[in-house]
Amino acid sequence: MTQPVSPPRDDTPKLSPQVEPSPWRAVVARADVRTLSLLGVLAALILIGGITKPDEFLDTRNLQLVLTQASVIGVVTVGMTFVITSGGIDLSVGAIVALASVWATTVATQEYGFAGIFFTAVVVGVGCGLVNGLLIAYGAMVPFIATLAMLASARGLALQITDGNTQVVSVEGVLDLGERDSYVLGIPPLVMMFAVVTVIGWLVLNRTTFGRRTVAVGGNAEATRLAGIDVRRQRLYLYLLSGLCCGIAAFMLIILSGSGQNTNGNLYELDAIAAAIIGGTLLSGGRGTITGSVLGVLIFTTITNIFALNNLQSDVQQIAKGAIIVAAVLVQRRTANTT
Amino acid sequence: MAPEPPLLTMSGITKSFPGVRALDGVDLDVQTGEVHCLLGQNGAGKSTLIKVLAGAHQPDDGTIGWRGEQVTLRSPIAAMRLGIATIYQELDLVEGLSVAENVYLGHEPTSAGFVVRGKDARASTAALLKRLGHSEIDPSRLVGELSAAHRQIVSMARALSHDVRLIVMDEPSAALDPDEVDNLFRTVGDLTAEGVAVVYISHRLEEIRRIGDRVTVLKDGRAVANGLPAKSTPTREVVALMTGRNVEYVFPERPTHQSLPDPVLEVRGLARDGEFEPLDLTLRPGEIVGLAGLVGSGRSEILETIYGARKPSAGQVHVGGKQLRPGSVRAAVNAGLGLAPEERKAQALLMLESVTRNVSVSSMSRFSYGGWLDRTAERDAARKATRELSLRPDNPAALIRTLSGGNQQKAVLARWLLRGCRVLLLDEPTRGVDVGARAELYAVIRRLADEGLAVLMVSSEVPEVLGLADRVLVLREGRVVHTAPAQELDEHRVLDLVMEGSPAS
Repeated sequence: MTQPVSPPRDDTPKLSPQVEPSPWRAVVARADVRTLSLLGVLAALILIGGITKPDEFLDTRNLQLVLTQASVIGVVTVGMTFVITSGGIDLSVGAIVALASVWATTVATQEYGFAGIFFTAVVVGVGCGLVNGLLIAYGAMVPFIATLAMLASARGLALQITDGNTQVVSVEGVLDLGERDSYVLGIPPLVMMFAVVTVIGWLVLNRTTFGRRTVAVGGNAEATRLAGIDVRRQRLYLYLLSGLCCGIAAFMLIILSGSGQNTNGNLYELDAIAAAIIGGTLLSGGRGTITGSVLGVLIFTTITNIFALNNLQSDVQQIAKGAIIVAAVLVQRRTANTT
Repeated sequence: MAPEPPLLTMSGITKSFPGVRALDGVDLDVQTGEVHCLLGQNGAGKSTLIKVLAGAHQPDDGTIGWRGEQVTLRSPIAAMRLGIATIYQELDLVEGLSVAENVYLGHEPTSAGFVVRGKDARASTAALLKRLGHSEIDPSRLVGELSAAHRQIVSMARALSHDVRLIVMDEPSAALDPDEVDNLFRTVGDLTAEGVAVVYISHRLEEIRRIGDRVTVLKDGRAVANGLPAKSTPTREVVALMTGRNVEYVFPERPTHQSLPDPVLEVRGLARDGEFEPLDLTLRPGEIVGLAGLVGSGRSEILETIYGARKPSAGQVHVGGKQLRPGSVRAAVNAGLGLAPEERKAQALLMLESVTRNVSVSSMSRFSYGGWLDRTAERDAARKATRELSLRPDNPAALIRTLSGGNQQKAVLARWLLRGCRVLLLDEPTRGVDVGARAELYAVIRRLADEGLAVLMVSSEVPEVLGLADRVLVLREGRVVHTAPAQELDEHRVLDLVMEGSPAS
C-alpha cells in the first residue's frame, strides 16, 4: 500500500474547516426535524390555551402549576429515557414512586425530619432499581417481566405500609418547599430540581462514557459486549439510575402534596414512556434524547392543563394523548426514512 | 434414468444483487426420481439458485420449465403449489407448535372451513412419518423438544403433506450425527423410489458419492459442469471444477522472517464439547496464521472461544505468558486481543453511530476524565487510526452504515488498532467486501502483522487463507487435520482435506 501512514499532526488544522461544520450541521439538522417540531407543537398548544382561556391559562400561577406538575413526571422520564435508550423498559416507575413516597412519610421516618424523608425516598428508589437491575442484568430476565413484577410488588407493599391511608407530612422544612414563599424569581423549587436533573441527565447521556455505553448497549448489545464493555454492569447501573430518579420524584411529590399515598405515581410508567417516545427516543434502543423527553413531558402536561381549564373530561384527554403518540411516531418514521 | 422429459429444467438463470452477479446463466435439469447434487464453494451461488427455485428470489433472466411447461415462480407459495418444497438449513419450524400442527401449518384439515380437525391432522402426520421411516416421532409432541435430526424429518413430512414432486435440501447433514445421516439417506432413498426428485446440496463429497445420481458444479455464479455422474467422476476432477477460478487476488508479499519473537498467544488444549476438539496453537508477533475449513467445522467457534465470548469446556488461553480468565471478553480485550467477527453488522458495528464512535467504543476510558469524554481527543485519535488504514471517506462524523463493507471492516480494525491490541482475530475478514477492495484489505492485514501484530484468521475461501497466511491449520469437523506452512499447500490439497479428511485419490 502506498497510502501515507498516519499524517503528521500539523496536517489536522488544514482539514478542520471541512470537518468542523459537519457536527454543527448535524445538530441543526437533528434539531430541525425533531426538536423544532416538538417546539412547534408546544407553541401551538400554548396558543390554543391562550386563545381558549386567555385569563386562566396565561396566569403566572397556572404556568407555575403546569411546570410543577411536569417536574415530577419529568424527573421520572429522564431516568426512563436512559433505560429505553439502552433497549430496556421500566414499567415499575410509578409503583416505585408510590412505595418511596409512603416509606418516606411513615411516622417513624418523619421523626428524622427533612433529611430522613429525602434519604428514605432516594434509598427506596435505588433499592427497587437494584432489584430490577440484578434480575435483568444478572438473572437474564426480560426487562418487561422483571419490572412488571416490581410494579405489582411495590404497589402491594405501598398499600401494606399505608393500609390505604394518606400519610400527612408534618415536617416544616419539607412543606415549606411547596409554599410560594420559597419560589426564587417566581420559579418553584420543584421546577429547579427538575431543571437540575435534566441538565445532569443531558450531560451524562451526551458527554460521558456512561452515556455512550448506554447508547451502544441499546444500539447493539452483542457488538458492545464483543468490544470489551461490561454490558451487564451497564444494565444494572441503568435500572439503578431509573430507581434513583423515582426516589427523587417521590420526594418532589411529597413536597407537592404534603403527604404520601399508595396511589401516588399512578400510570407514571405510561406517561414517562410516552413522553420519551414522542420526544424521539427509539423504543428499540440505540438513540435517546433528553431534550426531546422534556419537551414530550411539557406537551403532555400542557394538554392536561388546557383540557382541565376547558372542563373537558379526562377521557377526552386520554384520547388526545393517544392520538399525539401515534402522530409523533408516524412523523418520526417519516423523517427517519428521509435522512 | 427414465427417458421421459425432465421434471425441472432451469436454463440461463441470471440473478444480480447490488455489486454482485450471484448467478450468471446457470442451467440445471432434474429428472423424476433422481438425487441431483449441487456442489460449489461458499459464494458459488448455490443458495441463490435454490432460492430462485423456491420462489423466494425472482431471476433477472432465464426460464424455468416444470414437467414440460414454462412456469414463473412468483412466490414460495407458487412453488409449493407446483410441488417444489425446500428444506432450508435453518429449519423454518415453529418450536411452540406440535409436530402435526407444524406439518399442516397453513393447510390444516378443517370442518366447515375453520374448525381444525386436530385428530385427522395427527393421524395423517403419523402416516407421513411412518412413510419416512420415523414412526417413533409422536405427532402431538412439541417441535421444540425434538432433536435436530427429527426436526429435519418433520420438515420433510411437511413437504410431503403437500403433493410434492421435488424436494430441495440445503446441507441437510450439517447438523446430524453419522447414524442420523444414515437414516436421512435411507429416507431420501425411499422418497426417490416413490418418484420424488431430490436436489441435494452438500460440501461433503463422500455423501454425494453415496446417494447422488448426478452432480452439477457451480463456481462464481456459473454452472461449470452439468449432470456429471455422481458415483464415477473422479474427486480430482470435481475439485478442479470447483476451484478453477477466474478472479485472481493480489496478495501482499510475505516477509522472510529470520527469527520471530516469543509467542504472544498460546492456546493449550482448548476445546468446547460438540463444537471442536482440543486445540493447541501458538502465535508469534508478525505472524499470520490461517484456519481453513468449511462452515460448521468449528472455525468461528474456536476464535470466539479464544476471545472469551464462549466458555471453553477444557483448556487455557495465554497471552504474553499470562493465563486469561476463561469465558471473559473483558479479560481478553484487556490482555490485548481484538476480534473482527464474521457477522460484522450484528456483532461489531453500532449501525446508528458515526465512524468515530464505532472506532472509539473499546477505548473510551482513554479519552475520559472521571467518565467525562474529551470528544476532541476521541475524534482525533479515531481519525488517526482510520487514516492509517486509509478508511474512506476520511470523515470521522460519517455514519458507519453509509460505508462500504470494506471500509466498515477497516473501522473494526481501527477500533483494535486504537485500543493497542497485540493479537487480532479475524473471522472471514473479507465477507461482504467487494472483490476490488479485498486486495487493499489483504495489504492492510499484512502491514499490521509486519508492524508486530499477531493475526489469527479464519476464512472459508481457501485461496485467501493460502495467499495471506504464513501458516495454515486445516479443520474438519472440529478437528485440526493438517498443519503446514502456506507455501507447502495448494487449493486442491486443502479442499481434499476439508471435504474428505484424506489426500486426493
